[in-house]
Amino acid sequence: MNFWLELVIKTVLVLFLVVLPVALVVIFGELKISAHIQSRIGPYFAGGRFGWAQPLADGAKFIQKEDLIPAGADSSVFRFAPYVVLMGTFATFVVIPFGPDLAAEKLDVGIFFLLAVSSLSTLGVLMAGWSSANKYSLIGGLRAAAQLIAYELPLVLAAVAVVIQAGTLSLSGIVEAQANMEIFGLGIHLPYVLTGQILSFIIFTIAALAELSRIPFDMPIAESELTMGYLTEYSGLRFTMFFLGEYAAMISLAAVASTLFLGGYYLPGLDTDALKVAGPFILLGKTLILCFVFIWMRWSWPRLREDQLQSLAWKWLIPLALANIVVISIFKVVL
Amino acid sequence: MTDVDARAAMHLSDASVSVELETQGMTLNIGPQHPSTHGVLRLVAKVEGERVTSVQPVIGYMHRGYEKLSEVRTYAQITALVNRIDWVSGFANEIPWIRAVEKLMEIEVPERAQWIRLILSEMTRISSHLLFMSSYPLELGAATPLMYALREREYVMDLIESVTGGRFHPNFNRVGGVKPVAGGGSTQKKVSQDLPAGFFQGTREAMDRVDSVMDELDELVTGNEMIRARTIGVGVIPPEKAIEFGLSGPNARASGVDFDLRRDGEPYLPYDQVDFDVITEQTGDSFARYLVRKEEIRQAVRIVRQAIDTIKPGPLQAKVPRVLKVPKGQAYVRTENPKGEMGFYLISEGGRIPYRVKIRSASFCNLSILPWVLEGALVPDLVAIMGSLDFVLGDVDR
Repeated sequence: MNFWLELVIKTVLVLFLVVLPVALVVIFGELKISAHIQSRIGPYFAGGRFGWAQPLADGAKFIQKEDLIPAGADSSVFRFAPYVVLMGTFATFVVIPFGPDLAAEKLDVGIFFLLAVSSLSTLGVLMAGWSSANKYSLIGGLRAAAQLIAYELPLVLAAVAVVIQAGTLSLSGIVEAQANMEIFGLGIHLPYVLTGQILSFIIFTIAALAELSRIPFDMPIAESELTMGYLTEYSGLRFTMFFLGEYAAMISLAAVASTLFLGGYYLPGLDTDALKVAGPFILLGKTLILCFVFIWMRWSWPRLREDQLQSLAWKWLIPLALANIVVISIFKVVL
Repeated sequence: MTDVDARAAMHLSDASVSVELETQGMTLNIGPQHPSTHGVLRLVAKVEGERVTSVQPVIGYMHRGYEKLSEVRTYAQITALVNRIDWVSGFANEIPWIRAVEKLMEIEVPERAQWIRLILSEMTRISSHLLFMSSYPLELGAATPLMYALREREYVMDLIESVTGGRFHPNFNRVGGVKPVAGGGSTQKKVSQDLPAGFFQGTREAMDRVDSVMDELDELVTGNEMIRARTIGVGVIPPEKAIEFGLSGPNARASGVDFDLRRDGEPYLPYDQVDFDVITEQTGDSFARYLVRKEEIRQAVRIVRQAIDTIKPGPLQAKVPRVLKVPKGQAYVRTENPKGEMGFYLISEGGRIPYRVKIRSASFCNLSILPWVLEGALVPDLVAIMGSLDFVLGDVDR
């Protein structure tokens, strides 16, 4: 088949069959879970039952809103920023394996590609903050940049520990390594989080929260300080893109974390044929569980301060991640 | 900063590249429309990156001219105005005003009316502090305590409403007592039907609820490491500065100023007959201010519980002339309101309207410390400190 045709079909399939529906599910989940955490009911009317259509209704409303561009804004950068955010996020889905043979692209350097493109979206945030001609946006954008530099390192270092244990950069390879791992020859194949990677998993999750700039690390938005941070001047469709991008990024990082640490599409006890069918659903289930954890944290905790965020990254997470790599490497050599 | 300067700061790349990279501060205008200024406060902050070098509060966006309006209103009408000064503790505002009038007229208020005033004042304190307990974590980014605190606050508001008919603006005090029951005939004969049926039972239940939500908030907020990291040592006000700037109420007590008008001032309600502690903290930081308010809720619950056990049937109104004429003279009455010390300086030249009313409101003085305490703070701390001072803009501007 023509390469370009194949590419377009894959992109459309991944975007519209995976990312958008799951993003809507997670947005709805956030509405309902936050409501129940706060002893509210949450959306109730839209769609007839349980307010299931609320995310769609919100989206439809946002699309109808006027697309405002501030007079002093750097117009072209301002317009382009949401696309950069979405692009960086959506590109990560290309390499995530949904089953033994089910991945848009089986890259040998999958995890390398993934970590590279996932930081692109911060560039979009910086563009948005810079071009808005708004001081709140500027501070928000710069905070986002500082946050990216601080938290990309522990994120990568935590992933490196997994790569060392699995011996491959390919995401499918990492899942297979988890499926084939033997502990003491007992015939039990457990995901990495239970076999020595618990520290990497915690570091990865914290760094992922910071990458997503969600509470407790939502300083780039910091509603009570910066009104809406880099989003202050955005409205209508462009705001929807940021909004969708945020949830798509959450899903992508949750999917990556489940692939690296929770065994991805693999579930102990299922053979390859069963995994071919059930794989996507297993991965989806694990992803949604992690998304739930992210939502849970957001509605339980306050926001840290910018300097506390930096000292958490540089004084705790990075040294811990380095020590973790040393320990994992020693085990890799010894065992 | 002028518009030209702002452009220059935004587009450093356009400027000719100097040998040394020049940085310049930025003027950040916060408010009057901003999520965490509690209304319409405007702050002109000069920031160097994230650090605030100076802050100039601009007030007056909520000015309604109550002092001037009071000069053309009768004494009874002014009660409706003072409700609206600090709108989250409307009932407590009425007390110093009505006491000032009663002091000039030398009226002895019946005991039952005094106790009703005390119960409702303390309920107002609970509701005002619960609002702080909900909004302060929100300013630090935690959205959930808001719902928990407001949920229980609603029971207290319901009780206030059941007695006075108003949730926010009760307008319940009358010179010489409290508002008579609708259709109750002569107020001096009505002895025990002033409080609605089931009020005591409802109060006991509501107080239990408040106690239990305070336990919940203790777990959710007080012990939270991040809240502590954000507030401990932030915005420290030493006691001498607190006195210098005229801080009062919980803000002063958090700095170690052991002063509470309920205990130390000229008696205005039978606080000497109930048992309560005046809460003080020594550190004077934002967390101390949070702790003081939290404990004051528990103390207020204690006071209300004792008061509903103590209150006895009796008349609600002292004998007052049908047309209120206040004799010539001056009076100043101050009370311990939820936000701090509130005082009314009343000058009467005789007749049906006051000659001059000066309102000393707690939030106005508490806000005056902002330029001093915010100097050198970080932008996130600015919100944390401002929230911990717990002012209401209606109380600032009047």
